[in-house]
Amino acid sequence: MNGNFAKSGNSGPKVRSDCEMSLELREEGGIIIELKSKVGVLYGESIRRQSIEILNYYQIRDAFLAIDDSGALPFVISARLESAIKKLISTKLDYLPEMPKENKYSTLPDRFRFTRLYLPGNTPGLMINAGLHSADGIILDLEDSVAPGRKDEARILVRNALRQLDFNGAERMVRINQGDRGIKDLEAVIPQNVNLVLIPKCEDAGTVRNIEEKISGIRAGAGLENPVYLMPIIETALGVEMAFEIARSASSVVAMAVGLEDLTADMGVARTREGGETLYARTRIVNAAKAAGIQPIDSVFSDVADMEGLLQNVLSSRALGFEGMGCIHPRQIPVIRKGFIPGAEEIEKAGKIVMASDDALSRGLGVVSLGSKMIDPPVVARARKIISLAVKLGLLPGNWMDEMSAEGK
Amino acid sequence: MAIATVINAAGRAVPTEINGKPAIPFMGVGKHRPYGNKYGPPIPSCSDYPDDGNKVVATLEEALLRCGIRDGMTISTHHHLRDGDLVSNRVFEIASAMGVKDLVWFPSASFPCNDPVIKYLQDGTINRIEGSMNGPLGRFVSEGNMKGTAVLRSHGGRVQAIQDGEVKIDIAVLAAPAADPFGNARGTGGSSACGVLGYAKADSMYADKVIVVTDNLVDLPCFPMEIEGNYVDCIVVVDKIGIPEKIVSGTTQITKSPDRLLIAELTAAFLVKSGILRDGVTMQAGAGGTSLAIAVFLHGILKEKGWKSKFGFGGSTKYMVEMLEQGQMGYILDAQAFDLDSVISVGKNPNHVPYPVFNAYNYHSKGNLTSMMDIMILGATEVDLNFNGNVVTHSDGYLLHGIGGWQNCLHARNVILPLPLFRDRIPVIVDEVTTLCGPGELIDVIITERGIAINPLRQDLIDSVKDSGLPLMTIAMLKEEAEKICGKPSKPEFDDEIVAAIKWVDGTVIDVVRKIKK
Repeated sequence: MNGNFAKSGNSGPKVRSDCEMSLELREEGGIIIELKSKVGVLYGESIRRQSIEILNYYQIRDAFLAIDDSGALPFVISARLESAIKKLISTKLDYLPEMPKENKYSTLPDRFRFTRLYLPGNTPGLMINAGLHSADGIILDLEDSVAPGRKDEARILVRNALRQLDFNGAERMVRINQGDRGIKDLEAVIPQNVNLVLIPKCEDAGTVRNIEEKISGIRAGAGLENPVYLMPIIETALGVEMAFEIARSASSVVAMAVGLEDLTADMGVARTREGGETLYARTRIVNAAKAAGIQPIDSVFSDVADMEGLLQNVLSSRALGFEGMGCIHPRQIPVIRKGFIPGAEEIEKAGKIVMASDDALSRGLGVVSLGSKMIDPPVVARARKIISLAVKLGLLPGNWMDEMSAEGK
Repeated sequence: MAIATVINAAGRAVPTEINGKPAIPFMGVGKHRPYGNKYGPPIPSCSDYPDDGNKVVATLEEALLRCGIRDGMTISTHHHLRDGDLVSNRVFEIASAMGVKDLVWFPSASFPCNDPVIKYLQDGTINRIEGSMNGPLGRFVSEGNMKGTAVLRSHGGRVQAIQDGEVKIDIAVLAAPAADPFGNARGTGGSSACGVLGYAKADSMYADKVIVVTDNLVDLPCFPMEIEGNYVDCIVVVDKIGIPEKIVSGTTQITKSPDRLLIAELTAAFLVKSGILRDGVTMQAGAGGTSLAIAVFLHGILKEKGWKSKFGFGGSTKYMVEMLEQGQMGYILDAQAFDLDSVISVGKNPNHVPYPVFNAYNYHSKGNLTSMMDIMILGATEVDLNFNGNVVTHSDGYLLHGIGGWQNCLHARNVILPLPLFRDRIPVIVDEVTTLCGPGELIDVIITERGIAINPLRQDLIDSVKDSGLPLMTIAMLKEEAEKICGKPSKPEFDDEIVAAIKWVDGTVIDVVRKIKK
């Protein structure tokens, strides 16, 4: 709280779906609004009305407000104005936009998390259509993608986005900041039906337990029923060594991710395309996650133009045992998904093995064979996993056995 | 002075007189019957032209004087040099210096590079523009600053107006990337190559006087000629007719926007699942980023299925050229080349054929190409609940785009408009379009990132995709969805004064644009 002038938001020729609020508190003269907007003819009145309502809400009677608007939606306008106000006055009041009930869904701990799309927490233009791209999860990021000086306004924007935007059934995720700032983040976002919280640069089980406890407190206080899961991200050498402890630190941990940019920086090595320098870390994290019964999730692939490279990356990631990957661009989603879901041939082979096994069981045989080949029990177990995955993904119908055996005849 | 208006068949109040000439209100698609004979320019005689065929004159001033430039004349130009055009503005600079007044500029389109003509509109050299206008020019007109009333026509409508004598061109000034001293001209060769000169064909045939301006004089014969020397009065050689990098965009770019790509993907899926895309399909798509992405997706599907498009109609781009070269398209019939790859292709590939809008788009003709197209991908600034489309004004009421070939293309078998549901905060689906450019009965499918709406008149299309899993919605649902996200927009306010008339393809007036209220 300092001075009588504050700014928030963004403007400029390249900015879209955002606005910049410049607010000056005055002693007298009432509310004066100066609006510059590229949608002024259509929404000028609405923007003024909304701004006055928010100023009234915070009991501001005398102020000069300059709005430089690049087509911001109402939830962005209110976030930007609230941020400017909170830089100038001390208040516990939040100006919360409506939250339709479609945004209050919950998710299951073992749902698929093949793809999760990162959205920078202070860039509203990228958030609006994010739900259209069929990612398994959408991450509103408050950590590395937000400049240090913009953390407070991003938190309010993300809060409003969670309330207003329809993410079409994607798991609603937030990556919080480290330390005390992260706790502040939790207070703002947990009441907005966040399904999963990502914990960055996680190095010990205690941090995870603290966060779980904090979340429980917020949920109890606000009477929230939906579960909130945790996904720690391992991004340091120490974190890698602690991976198993972290993976089983709390019951709400459902997945564990690796962040290779930070990890290679921490190790002082260059990140290569082949990834030999992080092979140990990745396999260790996969192993720790599997041992703890949670999903291991791989790092993002940063060259958004190289789709072939991405696919190769996904295939080797799946081969190592990862069950999902971060996306930094919506176009990566279908490629990653394609890489992680079992292919038609793989499903067909698994189906034959499962049927051969069932057949052997029904005939009381101890040994499963397919053609002239003997099938070991672990191979059958893996085939059953593939089939159950394929059925869950809708790649196979529930009665797949009837169809497959009918085709065989 | 109040101008009398009547309500036309589309329910719009339109004047019965524009710029002192009688105007016919829109009567419905295909309802207006033309009569009489086509216009014919005065009969020339060889005795007035040099026997050696050399019609080169020293300067554009001299050429304009020889062609008898004077007050009130109609001067036409074409837009094949696009934003690199150095010729059109020069005509009015000369006219202004000569003190000529009240000219009518009749371009086939205008570009931002033509903004300097605003000063000739202000100093009285030009009375009005009958053609498309964008950016500052559109703003100038919308604010009521032009003396006469603008008349906007489609590319085909412009040909129709010339042919029917509705617009009599006194002098056509036609920039040509290559020309010979007799006046034969083409769009390829030289440093200002633009590929084809399809929009200049009618001007050359119907104008009283024709001046060809080139920076690349070649020996006779300039072959293959698109403009024939027999129609040409004089040739002027200048240093430069255009700025090459602004004539064609070096490369046209597929959209990188994930949302637009999603729309393109949905469009391709719709065309496949509806069965519209098939072996032998005919298609046309523009040069916008989304259209290009659609072309690429369709190319992939044709390849995968082993199908081939019989022909595509250009505006050609490198993506169409790729289909031609890789065997997924039989021919490109081309009215304009959008990028370098297509300019090169027209020059070398015999199956990439210059094809003037004269034959492709003119409604007062014995049939034209557009009704033979299976797939027509178009844009719009707004579409309303009755599927009516607007391409010339934005929702804020400002005139900002030309019609291009849009109206003509509406006659295709399947007119598909892939559009974002909202741009910034501005919904694209509205209760009623600000300016009516195309009647809803001709617009079949709206494809947005949030759902697909099929015109109820196309029950066949609705049936073809009803079990396809595509996100089908009604147009009213799309509008509701947009307003849920953006809020309900206010409407712009207008004065009574009419600043522009919008012609339908048959020369009738479908709507007008009124002055923005300040």
